[in-house]
Amino acid sequence: MTAIPPPGGKKLGLVIDLDTCVGCHACAVNCKEWNTSGHSAPLPDFDAYQAKPQGVWFNRVHSYEAGEGNDSRTVYFPRSCLHCEEPACVTVCPTGASYKRAEDGIVLVNPDTCIGCKLCSWACPYGAREFDEDAGVMKKCTLCIDRIYNTNIPEEDRVPACVATCPAQARHFGDLGDPNSAVSRLVAEREGYDLMPELGYKPVNKYLPPRERPRYAAPAEPAVESVANPFLRWIDRALSR
Amino acid sequence: MHPALSVILFTTASGAGYGMLFWLGLLAPLGLLPIAAGFGVTASLLGLALVTFGLMSSTLHLGHPERAWRAMTQWRTSWLSREGVAALIAYMPAVLFPLLWLWQEAAGPLGFISAATAAATVVCTGMIYASLKPIRQWHNPYVLPIYLLASLFSGGACLAGVATFWNAEPWLADASVVLAVVALAAKVAYWRSIDSGVGARTPADATGLGKLGTVRSLDPPNTEENYLLREMGYRIARKHAGRLRVVAMLLGFVAPIVLLPFVPPVAAIAALLGLLVERWLFFAEATHTITLYYGRAT
Repeated sequence: MTAIPPPGGKKLGLVIDLDTCVGCHACAVNCKEWNTSGHSAPLPDFDAYQAKPQGVWFNRVHSYEAGEGNDSRTVYFPRSCLHCEEPACVTVCPTGASYKRAEDGIVLVNPDTCIGCKLCSWACPYGAREFDEDAGVMKKCTLCIDRIYNTNIPEEDRVPACVATCPAQARHFGDLGDPNSAVSRLVAEREGYDLMPELGYKPVNKYLPPRERPRYAAPAEPAVESVANPFLRWIDRALSR
Repeated sequence: MHPALSVILFTTASGAGYGMLFWLGLLAPLGLLPIAAGFGVTASLLGLALVTFGLMSSTLHLGHPERAWRAMTQWRTSWLSREGVAALIAYMPAVLFPLLWLWQEAAGPLGFISAATAAATVVCTGMIYASLKPIRQWHNPYVLPIYLLASLFSGGACLAGVATFWNAEPWLADASVVLAVVALAAKVAYWRSIDSGVGARTPADATGLGKLGTVRSLDPPNTEENYLLREMGYRIARKHAGRLRVVAMLLGFVAPIVLLPFVPPVAAIAALLGLLVERWLFFAEATHTITLYYGRAT
């Protein structure tokens, strides 16, 4: 079971646009909302109404400041399971509870056979797995398998909850195994990249980098020669010595 | 990485236990240990007790200990599963071995099988850690040799400790001294290796945003600690780590080296206590790539 299935054609995943993400956390909230009654329900919260609330989330939005001074920029960075092609979280599982589906590449946990050893969460470089201390089993993003294949909801809603709710359309869902899919074309066009590719996990999800923008140019100071008043020109020369 | 007491007790106790079973199985058939049945049974039982205590302790950190049997199934890919299978197999010759103590000639092959399975189990334990790429302090070439050396040295010290009461030749204690010196050298080399920052990463590496310049965490996603930070974001102050390294070296290696030729039982206890500190540090000093996303460096 924990052996990774031979690579299939289909690789469902997300493309996250770091240029357009506004950091509103709606994806994280809608993920929590849907999944707390979805496939891996519930997503427990502890001390939810106390000073230090904690809980299991499948999606968390970081924010960073990158660059220096006037050229620095704020980048919002949603982080969730990347449904890797070489998921060590699956191969380290001693029970076969963690598995990667051959048909679409989605990585899931079987809560009935998970022994809660937490080794998979150690093996994931991206922090995609969070332990449910209430149920004693590991939980993770399911890519909303209970939405994307759900024939009881309108076809336009059959996308992961995070994608459906994103007000900036910074999240895209599709088949990254098909080079002609909309998401694959988007990745090619925007030079989408993998997180920490050197680790060899081959993430399916891609991140689109913030678009380049012109460097900050400070407004030019008026040249002294353009000052008409000779007295002021003399003051300037005197002070510049 | 969070230093969970159950896992630290497990790797230290079972490491010493398998070390004892290794030396017993290897040396007894060669006639290099006291032949008294009392020694064979006592040493075997102590080794098995350490191993069993360790394995029981390791199940304490499971969310579902009653499902632990399922961990025997995925030995094709999982070092944890391999460890479980190896531990189970190692029990068989180790339990039979002392029963055959009185018939030394029959015990030979069984002893070698016991030694091999004990060593294999320790290799699996070491590989669980050494195979984890997100943790640079574990995905390090010194990790597996140190697990093996610590097991052989502490097991040798424990066996020498037991053998004292049967007036054994001192050479097992002497051999353990040599192993302790080699293990200490490997440990010092390991600390130098992780301190050199080999494989260290920054938030820029983790986010792929390095092209924009230095990447600093502005706001974490969660205001309170979460599972990820509690389990994998453990931090130890550098000065504490430095002092504990000295404690681990003095108690776990230097004291046994000095004491083994004179009072092997005391040396064995010092080795076990020191190795507990060493194992605690192995976790506490390990940094996971997830913490990069929270703005730390590994």
